[in-house]
Amino acid sequence: MASVTVSHVNKSFGEFRALDDVSIEFADGGFYALLGPSGSGKTTLLRQIAGFSFPDSGEILIGGEAVESLPVEKRNIGMMFQNYALFPNMSVFDNVAFGLMVRSTPRHEIKARVGEALELVRLSGYDERKPHQLSGGQRQRVALARAIVFRPRVLLLDEPLSALDKALRLGMQVELKRIQREVGITTIFVTHDQEEALTLSDKVGVLKDGKLLQEGPPRELYERPATAFAATFLGDANLFEGHVEEGELALSDGTRLRATAPLAGVGKATCAVRPEKMAIAEKGEPLRADHNHLEAELQEIIFAGNSLSYLLRRGDIHLRVFAQNRATAELQPGQRVRLTWRVADTIPVEA
Amino acid sequence: MAVSDTERSPTRRRQPSNAKSIVGLTGPAYLWLIVTILLPLAAMLYFSFLSDVPLPGRDWQVTLSNYAAFFQEDFYRTLMLRSLRLGFEVALWCFLIGFPCAYVLAKTIKGRWREALFLMVIIPFWSNALIRVFSWTMVLRGNGMLERLLDWLIPGFGSLNLMFTYEAVVIGLVHSYLPYMILTCYISLSTIDDDLIDAARSMGAGRLTVLRRIILPLSMPGIVAGAVLIFVPVIGSFMEPRILGGREGTFLGTVIEDQFTSVFNWPLGAALSFILLACVLIIFAIFQPILRRAS
Repeated sequence: MASVTVSHVNKSFGEFRALDDVSIEFADGGFYALLGPSGSGKTTLLRQIAGFSFPDSGEILIGGEAVESLPVEKRNIGMMFQNYALFPNMSVFDNVAFGLMVRSTPRHEIKARVGEALELVRLSGYDERKPHQLSGGQRQRVALARAIVFRPRVLLLDEPLSALDKALRLGMQVELKRIQREVGITTIFVTHDQEEALTLSDKVGVLKDGKLLQEGPPRELYERPATAFAATFLGDANLFEGHVEEGELALSDGTRLRATAPLAGVGKATCAVRPEKMAIAEKGEPLRADHNHLEAELQEIIFAGNSLSYLLRRGDIHLRVFAQNRATAELQPGQRVRLTWRVADTIPVEA
Repeated sequence: MAVSDTERSPTRRRQPSNAKSIVGLTGPAYLWLIVTILLPLAAMLYFSFLSDVPLPGRDWQVTLSNYAAFFQEDFYRTLMLRSLRLGFEVALWCFLIGFPCAYVLAKTIKGRWREALFLMVIIPFWSNALIRVFSWTMVLRGNGMLERLLDWLIPGFGSLNLMFTYEAVVIGLVHSYLPYMILTCYISLSTIDDDLIDAARSMGAGRLTVLRRIILPLSMPGIVAGAVLIFVPVIGSFMEPRILGGREGTFLGTVIEDQFTSVFNWPLGAALSFILLACVLIIFAIFQPILRRAS
């Protein structure tokens, strides 16, 4: 096991800057998610860490050792691919044994360790199957067993769950987390699925246009996004744009909103509010001092069983509010309602 | 009864029309094959059991002597082995030269360059085979282009004496059949997911291990297909051996051709052709398990 340090890494493909001065510290034994839309550079970064391609400048350390000029086969990393990349000509056993075989491990040890790895991913007894005889979830487990059996220093996962359907994905998330904890291996995984990132990892880095926008524990990142992009990419967010007046956010129609802390500076500012933090005030509910209030027109109610989404409009601002399905008041589209939410949930963000 | 009849009638009506369309679609091709291949082959098989060409004024009867000749005279068996060896060697050289080329085309080069390089592989194919072989005579003959080039590079290089040798025949045949190997290998190589190679490398496999354990096994269908496509015509070839091999270019193919064109002993030529065909079939039968596993 080892920590991974990426410092000031740049990578360009022709004119396109895939990575722009990226520095991240991946803690030993941690589970780090690299989150970003396609083209954000997250996969490029993973491939630099793996050693499939080399940064134009900057340093990559694995366990304190500079590896940026070592090719992938010398880095002792385990990698799991999006489409699993199991060798179709080999049995499950041979697939898992591959990494041990190339390390010239004695035969009896290969047998024991492949057995252990298959047990870890709960696939004992599947040794002789060929990949095409396995289901998607089973292939995934083989791919994981194959990537960790030779005890690599780092485990890299490239969108590992995106090829599975939703029910399987949730099951595999739990499994992946369990296995990662049992093995204790430093894990870096790339995903565009924010829910996956929040559920699995203990630290998330949000990338956009080759830059690391923000990193932190999932909870912190969700509750305190630093940018409008992070706020909307990681979960849903209502954005309020206006300008600063006396430390408050003044919307274009003059309404004032208070934020977590008095806004500094002058000029334009943006605040984000999570849809589930907002509520529609009941009639006659008193105005609370530590809340922001805003009148809006209810446009649509989307029913999703245990929850509801309200789509609202105020002037040219479109808003979303999520609520548990226990509202007593009957609301109708077209109705004017009062929204209320805590000042502490109004997060100033960079536009 | 009446009810069940009406119930069944729609499916009944569909089936004949299905069969009709199958016949309609495949009929022309099979008719063509029967007229152009099966009938002449049957005629040849018949000839091979005759003592002379069945023409008016010729005396002929049914005999096995043409087949017996092959087993009685060492000459033919030596020729058969020589032809098989030629087929094997040409296929091997085509693999050794063609596979790396196919690999680079399939895995390294992308876009327009790939098309251009492909064209360079295929263009020789578009020229007449006879012209290609004769152009080799200009390259290989004594004081020809190859020797002059070598002499220019290494003064006093001397003579290679390549023309009219077994090697010249191999060179000409490899040139003629190389595109088959490149194309079949290219197709099977391009179906190998690049992630498989990346995965093997991530597990610590060096280039040779990746080649041996991943790329070669997975491209085996293409290699085998290419080898078969080359082996079969090469052991029956006569043009390249004749023009480039001269007196050294006597193979079963040239002897068969002689029987048809100069000696006018069609029955012997036909018998030798069928023995060659039998040999090919036996070889494939022996290698069947390997071939099946490969594909």
